[in-house]
Amino acid sequence: MVNGLQLRLWKSRIFEGFTIFLAFLITLPLFAIIYYVVKTGITEINWSFITNIPQPVGESGGGIANALLGSVLIVLVATVISVPIGILCGIYLSENTNSRISYWSRLAVDILQGTPSIVTGIVIYFWIVKPMGGFSALSGSIALAIMMLPIIIRSTEENLKLIPSSLKEAGLALGLPYQKVILRIIVPCGFSGILSGIMLAIARVAGETAPLLFTAFGNPYLSAHLLKPMQSLPLLIFNYATSPYDEWHALAWGASTILLLWVFLLNISTKLITRKWKVQL
Amino acid sequence: MESAIIRSENFNAFFGANQVVKDVTIDIPQNQIVSVMGPSGCGKTTFLRCINRMHELIPGATAKGKMLLHEEDVYKINPIMVRLKIGMVFQRPNPFPNLSIYDNVIAGYKLNGTRISKKDKDIIVESSLSKAALWNEVKDTLHKKGSFLSGGQQQRLCIARAIAMEPEVLLLDEPTSALDPISTASIEELLSELKKNFTIVIVTHNMQQAARISDKTAFFYMGELVEYENTRMMFTEPKDPRTQNYITGRFS
Repeated sequence: MVNGLQLRLWKSRIFEGFTIFLAFLITLPLFAIIYYVVKTGITEINWSFITNIPQPVGESGGGIANALLGSVLIVLVATVISVPIGILCGIYLSENTNSRISYWSRLAVDILQGTPSIVTGIVIYFWIVKPMGGFSALSGSIALAIMMLPIIIRSTEENLKLIPSSLKEAGLALGLPYQKVILRIIVPCGFSGILSGIMLAIARVAGETAPLLFTAFGNPYLSAHLLKPMQSLPLLIFNYATSPYDEWHALAWGASTILLLWVFLLNISTKLITRKWKVQL
Repeated sequence: MESAIIRSENFNAFFGANQVVKDVTIDIPQNQIVSVMGPSGCGKTTFLRCINRMHELIPGATAKGKMLLHEEDVYKINPIMVRLKIGMVFQRPNPFPNLSIYDNVIAGYKLNGTRISKKDKDIIVESSLSKAALWNEVKDTLHKKGSFLSGGQQQRLCIARAIAMEPEVLLLDEPTSALDPISTASIEELLSELKKNFTIVIVTHNMQQAARISDKTAFFYMGELVEYENTRMMFTEPKDPRTQNYITGRFS
């Protein structure tokens, strides 16, 4: 009897130890990546690296200003496109859990979430790039917006579902119209969660390369024209890292570090903002 | 005989095929407190929610029959207009957690986009909170979030929010069932004050509460209105054996 108990205690200890070990283990790849990228890239980063555009092969110096500006613009436009659509879809799904439309819509969102990014890119290529007659930053933004949508829709839906229906009733009982109840009460109450979904979606697509390959295409010069090809960080990393020149490799490492920092900062600020703006229900 | 402000005639309410309110005909007189009591599941809350058309918001819920406010059928008026005239307080306090105490009180105006001056807002907030017997407790923390208040204070805030819209009728759905005895007492006291300005219909589980505060009492059983009498009569000489059984505690 006592032996049996000992054995069970040991089993439970081993199991617990195993979960702790694995929880620790999954952090290792992250630290390895950060360590390796930052170690190789940090030496590249200085003021001229962020303010200059790349130099031709053979000349030293040069930076990634065009890619940085391009990434910011492309992601910004993608956010502007995806946020309103995503939030409205999310509101619908959270409000109508059982309708036919929401069943199919939810299924579509799930499939969209699993769609390989290269497929999204190629679809945008045939739908937008070809009819418009050329590569453009806008088409890249649309491709990224499509990738952001499922994340924003899902986070909006899940967060709004947490808002008690008594608040909605309170609003309606005051004689408020439906849209005011949703936009002025329900959405503000769940806003920190929605915002964190948006930030995570941004962090997710900031490093996407595949959908930009045949949409935004890349551009060795500084450009802010949304209807022309535009450089972006992941494209620059892809092109330069696969080139045969050491200077370009160094540039790619530097750009990787910047990209990593960007995603890292987004994640941290998401956590901080979510905590600060959380509405106590 | 006082004039009736609300009258229902052969009113029925359903959840899908399930009938929960059966053929209810009742007169609610002006500036009185009418309590609606009955065992769980007797349809009293559903009936209350039919008065300001909150019932129909539940998927599958329908209603049939006449519900008159000043002889006008509320089911033929836009529900938004109905709810502006008939305010409601719920079982659980539900102040808007994203708004301050001040903004909670004027939420009905503010969120509707009604333009009123800062001065008028201040007047409405102070008078509503005073009527709800909350002003003295919160006058220094008006711009803090309403969700920091205690349960009883939150419920009084919800009452202030409802009466700020100056409705003619105030519906209360077991407003004290989630509160402690002290908060309950202060809300009961408040209701007797409020009936000077409003007509009050209160659903309650608690017979003593009905006896303490109301002028008339309606007893619902299995969706039917069994008896509707002056409260004193109802508790001293109930006519229907089912009412008798209920108030003597034979079923609950």
